[in-house]
Order: sequence, then C-alpha cells, then structure tokens
Amino acid sequence: MDAEILARVQFAFTIAFHYIYPPLSIGLGLALVIMEGLWLKTGRIIYHNMARFWTRVFALTFAIGVATGIVMEFEFGTNWSTYSRFVGDIFGSALAAEGIFAFFLESGFLAVLLFGWNKVGPKMHFFATCMVCLGAHFSALWIVVANSWMQTPAGYHLERMVDGEPVRLPIDHAVTPDDLGSVRAVVDDFWEMVFNPSSMDRITHVILGAWLAGAFLILSISAFYLLRRRHREFAVASLKVGLVFATVATLLQMVSGDFTAKGVSKNQPVKFAALEGLYETTEYAPLAAFGWVDAKNQKVYGLEIPGALSFLTHGNFKTAVTGLNDLPPDNFLLKYHPEAKVEELPQIRKSYWPNVPAVFQFYHIMIAVGGALLLIVAVGCFLWWRGRLFNVDYKSTRIFLWVLVFSVLGPQIGNQAGWFAAEMGRQPWIVYNLLKTSQAFSKVVSESHIIASLIMFAFVYFLLFLVFVYLLSRKIQHGPDDEEESEELPDSWKKILKEDPARA
Amino acid sequence: MDLNIIWFVLVGVLLTGYAVLDGFDLGVGALHMFAKKDEHRRLFLNSIGPVWDGNEVWLVTGGGALFAAFPEAYATFLSGFYLPFMMLLCALIFRAVAIEFRSKEPWLWWRTMWDLAFTVGSVGSSFLIGLMMGNLVLGVPIGPDGEYAGTLTGMFNGYAIFMGCTTVILFAMHGAIYLAMKNDGEVQELVISWIPRLTGLFITFYVIVNVITLVNVPHMLDVVRERPVILVVLLLGFLIVMNIPREIHKGRRFNAFISSCLAMVLLMATFGISYFPYMIYSSPLPEHSFTIYNAASSQKTLGIMLIIALTGVPVVLAYTACIYWIFRGKTRITAHSY
Repeated sequence: MDAEILARVQFAFTIAFHYIYPPLSIGLGLALVIMEGLWLKTGRIIYHNMARFWTRVFALTFAIGVATGIVMEFEFGTNWSTYSRFVGDIFGSALAAEGIFAFFLESGFLAVLLFGWNKVGPKMHFFATCMVCLGAHFSALWIVVANSWMQTPAGYHLERMVDGEPVRLPIDHAVTPDDLGSVRAVVDDFWEMVFNPSSMDRITHVILGAWLAGAFLILSISAFYLLRRRHREFAVASLKVGLVFATVATLLQMVSGDFTAKGVSKNQPVKFAALEGLYETTEYAPLAAFGWVDAKNQKVYGLEIPGALSFLTHGNFKTAVTGLNDLPPDNFLLKYHPEAKVEELPQIRKSYWPNVPAVFQFYHIMIAVGGALLLIVAVGCFLWWRGRLFNVDYKSTRIFLWVLVFSVLGPQIGNQAGWFAAEMGRQPWIVYNLLKTSQAFSKVVSESHIIASLIMFAFVYFLLFLVFVYLLSRKIQHGPDDEEESEELPDSWKKILKEDPARA
Repeated sequence: MDLNIIWFVLVGVLLTGYAVLDGFDLGVGALHMFAKKDEHRRLFLNSIGPVWDGNEVWLVTGGGALFAAFPEAYATFLSGFYLPFMMLLCALIFRAVAIEFRSKEPWLWWRTMWDLAFTVGSVGSSFLIGLMMGNLVLGVPIGPDGEYAGTLTGMFNGYAIFMGCTTVILFAMHGAIYLAMKNDGEVQELVISWIPRLTGLFITFYVIVNVITLVNVPHMLDVVRERPVILVVLLLGFLIVMNIPREIHKGRRFNAFISSCLAMVLLMATFGISYFPYMIYSSPLPEHSFTIYNAASSQKTLGIMLIIALTGVPVVLAYTACIYWIFRGKTRITAHSY
C-alpha cells in the first residue's frame, strides 16, 4: 500500500473511532440541560436523579472523546503536512477558534458539572451544564465549518510566493504538483469562509445527528430498565424525555437531510451523482431506495422510484439530473489536462470520480437508518398515545422496547456512514476542485511509520473500546441512585425540592 | 510591533499556559507511583481531577494557534517529528483515560494497571515534550524544500534526551508543590518531604542543561552574547526556584506554588527570548530555518486571529479563574471522586 492510502486509512480510523463519542456528548449534553431545567422548574427529585445518572454516562463518553480528540488536532500536521501548508491560513483559524471558543468552555465547566454538585448552588450548576452543552455544540460548529470549507471552499484566493513576496493567482488557477510548496490558499473574507455554501446545512445535519445519538442512548437504557422491571419511575421519566427529544431530532433531521442533499447537488454535482449512482444525465431521474452499483457497466440494480430524484433535486419530476458521464465538465478537465484530446476526456473524467459503489452504499445506509429511526419514533409516540408504552405486560410493548434497546446503534451507524459518504464522496479531492488528496500527504513520513502508528492506534483504541463498553454496562447495571438520596442534598439544593404530586 | 511578533508571543503564552497548568498534572502523574497507599493515590488523582481536562486544552489550542499562525512550522515540525508525536499522543491518551478509569473498580490488578498507565503516560508526555524542545534548541535538519531532512530517529540524541529528563523532573517538582498546596495530613507531609530533593535535582539538571547548551550549541552562545537580558531572566528563574524550599519551609504552600508557576513562566521566557525570531532553527544549514516571517500565515489571517484571541482568551481566563476558585481548598474524597 502506498503512503497516500495508508495516511487516509489512519486518519479515517482515528477520526471514525473518535466520532463515536462527541455525538454522544453533544446529544447527552443537551439532554442534561433539559433534565436539569425540568428539575429546577418542577422541583421533582426524579429529574435530579436523572440528571445525576446521565451525567455519569456523559462523563464516560466525554473522557474518551477528549482522549481520542487530541490526536486529531495534530494529525493534520503529522499525516497531511502538504495540506497543512496549503490551507493553514484558512483551516488553522477554524481549529484555533474551536480551541478558544469551544474546548475551553466545555472542559472548564465540565469540572463544575461533574464535581460541583456539593460545591455550587443548583442555579450555578445548571449554568455550568448549559455551558458544557454550548461548548460541545460550538466544537461541532467550528470543526464542521473547517470541514465544509474543504467541501465548498469560499472566501479565499490562491497566492504564490515569489522571492518572499506573495503574488495573487487568477481565480481559475489549476494547482499542479509543481505548485506545491510555493502556492497556498489565503483568506479573503473570514465570514465568507465561515459561511461557505455548505457550512450551515452541514452544521445542522451533524448536530441533529449528534442529538439522535444522545436521544437513542437514553431510549435504549431506559427501555432496558423497563424490560428488566428496574428503576421504573426513573425509566418512564427518562423514556419520555428521550422520546420527545428523539422525535423532534428525527423530524428536523428529515428536513435537514433534504436541504443538505439539495446543497450537495448544487455545490458538488460529482459527489451528488456518485451518491445516487447516476451515470447518465437523465430526465425523470429515479431515486434508489436501496440497491447496488455495477461500476463496470455503469448500472444500479435495486428498488428505484421513478422521477423521485428529479423531484427532490429540482422540485419537478421531469428536469434532468446531471450524471457522472458529464461530470466534471470538459472545460474543467481541459484546465487540468491542457494537452488532452477530446476523445481522451471520458477516460480522464473517471479519475475525477470518487469510488461510486462505496459512496452509494454509505449514503444509502445513512438514509435507511434515518427511515428506520423515523419509524421507531412514530411507533413509540403511537404506543405512548395509546397508553401502552410503559406497560410491559403487552407483548407488543415488550417487542418494541427491545427494538429501542438496540436502536442505540442506529444513529451511530448513520453518523459514521454519513461521514464516510461525505468524505469519500469528495475524493479525489482533499479540498474540492482545488487540491488533490494524492498531493496533500506528508512527504517525509515513510509507509512503515504510518503502519507502526496505525497498529499502535488500533491496539490502543481496541483496548479503550473494550473498557468503555465494560464500564458503560457496569454503570447501566448499577443504575440510578436510590431516591432516598434527596436526604443528602445540600441545603441550597433542598429549597428546590417540592413534594412530588404524583406520589403525594 | 508587527503581527508576526505578536503571534510568536501569543503561541508562546498558550504553550506556557500549558506548561504551567498541565505541567503539574503531568508531575502528579510522575509522582503517583511513589505514593504507596491506595487512599493517597486517590487523593493525588482527585487533586487534579476537576482541572486536568481544561489544562490539556491549552495544548490543543496552542497546536491550533500554531497551525493557524505558522502553518509551515506546524507542518514541518509535526511531519518531521512523526514518531515522537505519535508517542506523545499515545501517552496523553493513556494519561487521560487512566484518570477516568482507575477508581471505577476496587480490584488490585485493575488499579495497578491504570496506575501504571497514568504514570507511564505522564512521564512519557513530559519526557517527549522536553525532547522536542531540546531538538528545537539544538536545531532541526531542514532541506531546501522546507521539509524535515533528518533521520526518523535522529531526534533521540543525547542532548534532547537529557532535556527530556530535565522536563520530567521540572514537572514532578511542580506537581509535588501543587499537591502540597491541595492536601493536608499524611499526603501533605509525604509530598513536602519530596520537595527539597526534587528542587535540588531540578537545579542540578538545569545547570547542566544550560552549561551544555552554551558549550555545545554555538548559535545559542552567540545569541546569549547578543542579548544579555537572557542571563537576567535565567538568573531570575534560578532565584525563584531557590525560593520554593524557603516558602515550603515557612509553611507558605500557596506562595511556593506561585513561585513554581513563575519559575515555569521564566523558563519558557528564557527559551522564547533566546529562540526569537526562529520558529524552527535549521541546523546544519541555518538558511533553511523557519522564522516568524517565512513560516507565517497572511497578515489578514494573523489579524483575524488576533481579534479571535482578544475576544476569546480574556473570557477563558475569567471563567477558568472562577472554576479554580470553586474548587479551592483541600482535596477530599466524595461520592463523585475518581
């Protein structure tokens, strides 16, 4: 394997493992704000106990998120040094802003959230929880801004260093291998960079995905307690909060998914065609619900809904959707291959496509997961409305609760698959239509060193994952603290406490 | 003063913040195995428990600021120092999760395993940070294309290894002083008994490092001749370190900790003043060096980043101070502790 592939595998592995945890922290963070808010508002001890228990789960996910996240900050330099030189002027600012605005906020107030129960009053504690939640959301915001700039670069120009003086390059300059080392992207307009064409869509999409991860973790553990007939009051209350949260997030995610896909069709047509496996430009373009791509014969087999792709892209069933055989267009290819003859273009064009079958599958897995989650929350709300959701004597309820127990994997699979589709769909570019991945990795790092560090990370992360699963299941076995704990509340917290109307 | 100089100082401030704050966390880790009782080890862990996480962010933000302000230096240094950096990341991971996992189970093998991970992670991180600084002082081989031109293990040379050991001792001293301030009773007596030895050891190592630097690293000698102020800062650093045993002896543990923090600041300042205007000094071919000018981002980005820093950092300092205030007082083991 060559250094480019290895560098990609290593980055993908470390970021994918890392990405199990931040969505949980973001989603659970917001859930903690809701629970503590309910505790302050209603004074019911159950919400206090809920906040305490879910804080412990939060702490575990957060710790591994931090430990694996620090790797990411430095891997741009270690594995992608040419990339770092090329985009540091722009990409670095977003990372630094993430540190200053998000990470400090998050980990500073985390101390109060975890260890401050007896040190500060309830309002101050609630404030700290809000700040942790805000910090977690800010971190998603800045990193997705940085990543979106790689998808849809904006607010920059290219410049070449000539004798130590920067010379501005024309807007359509095609970066060649000879340019590397002397040409770089430089910011023109910071806000145009931040609000690049895809950032708002993608921030929303990522944050909602994180909410789903948190909400379904709560649903899963609560359903497990109900089925085991343990901590019933706690489980019912958690399930209610979790289900409302999950329903809102799922519905919003449907809308956001539509916006994001439309954005991709407009900003990254090659990626869009690859996501749908569309080779020929077609009117009444069909949408595959699922299927597989025969890349050799350029065909998709599977369940296709006629005209649906045209409709979702353009708002009517007829308008043509451009396929891969016309993308990228000839004039773009000629910019990079000025000597190419017209008959060579179709062959050259293929080197500007991502791996279509893989991208297609990841994208469709994500969509399928989204559909499944929608179905689950719909059934959940229906059972709740019928008054059956918490009654485990019904067999249908028991089956549904078991589905909920395993549904925690849904958002995780969806989040990972979505990111794989987004990042692999951008290939062969590391910065879309600007810098190729094959030009971006570190020249001085040898293959054997990447393999060595990859093995090291694989071993360490495998160990971490085992310990995480073990400790999480221990926390679940242990369960929330007994309700009598309210006796030990400090005085300033007791004032909040009201007699529970449900039990009085 | 131009933006490049301001950013040299700001990156320095962030990394100094990291050394001062996470320095004591790493030092506590280095001393952790020297505490024999489980209760003492828990008190060690919980003394840094609420704050280590926020302290580590100084490194992350320092890295981000280096990336944003001096991308060429970030790229060359990280890719060139691939091996020690991967080891550092691994060590920091173990340090972090060991704190979180250690006290979750009562079994001896479990706790010993994570105690070991915590100590090895902390000592390893301190050592590698020192090793990298040692190489920066010594000079890094850089080719005409701006890429690292040394061998992949060339950074493990005698001088840098000695600098790494000095850093481990420095952080251990800093950590012991922090523990003395945050604890009472047995633990306090224990760590106070270590402080004179650690201080003595550090001063010995530090004198040797400085002598070797002046004898063996000719460009540093030239710089010191040119900028006598370095000697003043160096001397101040020594005096402050000497002040630590005195404050401890008089029972003023908070003053001792402040002295230790100031000592770290002065050490970093010595480094910064001697190194300026280089980001990476190239040796043997100094003309390939990265300075704060040829390694920097555009003036526009430096300006934008300055606005971000000026809005963000004061707020960060304010709430960090509040959080340290909330967790003031002696460490106690409670139901929420590690």
